Amino acid sequence: MRNSKFKKEYLGRTIVTIAGLFIILLTLAIGAFLFYRGSATFTADHHSIAEFLFSADWNPAEQGRGGKVGAAIFFFGSVLISVLALLIATPFSLAAALFMTEISPKLGRKFLQPAVEIFVGIPSVVYGWVGLTILVPFLAKTFHLPYGYSVLAGAIVLAVMIFPTITSVAADAVRSVPQEYREASYGLGSTRWQLIRKAVLPAAMPGILTGVVLGLARAFGEALAVAMVIGKMQAFPKNLLSPTMNLTAELTADMGNTTAGSEWNNALWSMALLLLLISFLFILLIRLIGKMGAEKK
Amino acid sequence: MKKLIAAIMAGALLTASFTACSGNSGAASSSQASQPASSAAASSAASLSGSINISGSSALQPLVQAAADEFKKTNSNLSITVNAGGSGTGLQNVSDKTVDIGNSDIFATEKLSADKASALVDHIVCVVGVAAVINPQVNVTNVTKQQLIDIFTGKITNWKSVGGQDQKIVIINRPKSSGTRTLFKQFGLDGKDEVTGTALTEDNSGLLKQNVEQTAGSIAYLAFSYLTDNKVKSLSIDGVAPTYDNVYTGKYNIWGYEHMYTNGEAKDPAKSFLDFIKSSDFEKTITDKGYGLYSKMTVKRDAPAAKS
Repeated sequence: MRNSKFKKEYLGRTIVTIAGLFIILLTLAIGAFLFYRGSATFTADHHSIAEFLFSADWNPAEQGRGGKVGAAIFFFGSVLISVLALLIATPFSLAAALFMTEISPKLGRKFLQPAVEIFVGIPSVVYGWVGLTILVPFLAKTFHLPYGYSVLAGAIVLAVMIFPTITSVAADAVRSVPQEYREASYGLGSTRWQLIRKAVLPAAMPGILTGVVLGLARAFGEALAVAMVIGKMQAFPKNLLSPTMNLTAELTADMGNTTAGSEWNNALWSMALLLLLISFLFILLIRLIGKMGAEKK
Repeated sequence: MKKLIAAIMAGALLTASFTACSGNSGAASSSQASQPASSAAASSAASLSGSINISGSSALQPLVQAAADEFKKTNSNLSITVNAGGSGTGLQNVSDKTVDIGNSDIFATEKLSADKASALVDHIVCVVGVAAVINPQVNVTNVTKQQLIDIFTGKITNWKSVGGQDQKIVIINRPKSSGTRTLFKQFGLDGKDEVTGTALTEDNSGLLKQNVEQTAGSIAYLAFSYLTDNKVKSLSIDGVAPTYDNVYTGKYNIWGYEHMYTNGEAKDPAKSFLDFIKSSDFEKTITDKGYGLYSKMTVKRDAPAAKS
C-alpha cells in the first residue's frame, strides 16, 4: 500500500526533478566552460575586445603570443549570411503558414505540414552537399564566374534550412488567433484578404516574430552546410557573389589542428563564446517579444 | 488530455535518463578495459591483447588504419582505434596521455611548448610529398620556384604570365593550421606568407581535389597520396616532377615526415604495432597508399628547435 503510494506520488516527481536540474546544470556548465576558455584571449593573451570584434587582421600565433586575433571578417560574414537568409526565407514562410491555416487548412494539414516537418529532419550536410553540387556550379554558370562559392549561395542554402522552422512556428501562431476575431472581422464585411491583413496577422505577430528569431538563431549557429558553399575566403565580401568566411566555418576549419592553450586555440574559443552570447541574445529577444505580445492582449 | 501529455513527457524523460545512464556505464567499462592492457604488456605475451588508441593527422589516418587492419589479423585479441582530428589534436592527446599514439604531419616542437614536446618520443614511419596541383584544363606543366611563390603570394594572377592561357588564377588553400599547408609554405614557398583575401579555403583534402577538378584556372596543393589518378594535374617545379624517386634523392624538396608520437618510450602493445609499421613487411602497403619509404631517403631533416 505504502509502496504504491510512493510510486504514485514521489517516483515520477523525483525523476522529473532530477532530469530538470541536470539540464540546468549542464547548460550552466557549458556556459561556464566556454566563458573560461573564451576569456583567455583577453586575460592571458592580452588582446582587447575591440580588436577581437572590429579588427580584420586575423593571424593568431600557433605557439606563444604576439599574433593578431581580429575576427571582424568572420563576425560580419555570419551576420550578413544569416540576415540575408532570413530576408529570403521569411516571405515564403509567411505565405506558406497563411496558406496552410487560413486559405486551405485541409490541404495544409494533409500535405504541407508533413512536408515542412520532413524538411526539419534533413541533416545539414545534405543541404550543404546539394548546394555544393547544384547551386554552386549553377551560380558560376549564370553569372559567368570562375566559381560559384559566394555569400548568395550560403544565404540560399540557409534560407532553405530555416524555412521550415519559421513556417511551423508562424503557422502555430496564426492558428492560435481566436476564432472570434475572424467572425467579428467577417461580420464587419471584410474580405478574406482584409481579414488576414488587418485581423489575423497583427494578432499573430508576436508568434511570427518568435519564429523569425528562432530561424535567425538556427542560421547563425549552422556550420557545415554554409561552410561547404561560401568558399571560405578570408576577406570581406565585395558583393553578394563574392566568397567570405564566417565564425562557424573558421572554428571547424582550425580547431583540430591547434593545441589547447595556444593563442590560436584561445581565439577560437572566444569565437565559440561569441556564438553562445549571440544565441543568448536571440533567446532574450524572443522572451521580450513574447512579453510584449502578452501585454497587448 | 493534460494527463496524456504529462504521461508522454514523463516517458520521454525516463528514456532520456536511461540512455544517459547506459551511456555513462559504457564509458566506465571502456576505461576499465584499458587496465588489463597494461598488465598484459608487462607480461609481454606472444599474441597481444588489450587496446591501442590512436588519434591525429588526417593525412596519415588511412595508412595507420590499414596497418591496424593487417596487424589485427595476427593479434585477434587486440583492439586498435584510429581517429583523425588533425595533427594538433593528436599531439595534444598524446601529451595529455588520452591516447597511446598521436599521429602528426609535423614535428611536435612546431606545435607544442618545449617541455611538453620533450616528453614525447618520435617514431617516423614514412615520408609524404606535397605537390602543387592545377585544374586539368590549364595548359601549364612546369613552373619555376619563383613563379610558384609569385602565384601563391598574389604577384602573378593570370596563367598567361607563366606560359598558359589567358585565365584568372584561383588559389585554393587548406586551412592555415593544416600540416599539408605548413609543409607547402615552408618548402614550396620558402616560408613566404601566402596572399590572403583572394584565396578560397577547403578543410578537407578530398573535397579540395574535387574543387580543383571543377574550378577553372584553379591551383592548390595535395599530398601525393591523393594523386593516384589523373583527375587533377600536378606541376613540376624547376623541371623536377613530384615523384617519390625525386623525393628520395632530395631533388624535390616539398615533403615531410609522418610522425607517430608516444608519451615516453613506447610500451607493448603500442611498441609492437609501431615496429610492425616500420618493418619491411609493411613497405608495400606504404607505397601502394601513396606514401614514401623512410628507409630510402638519402636526405635528412632535423626537428626545428621549440619556440618559447
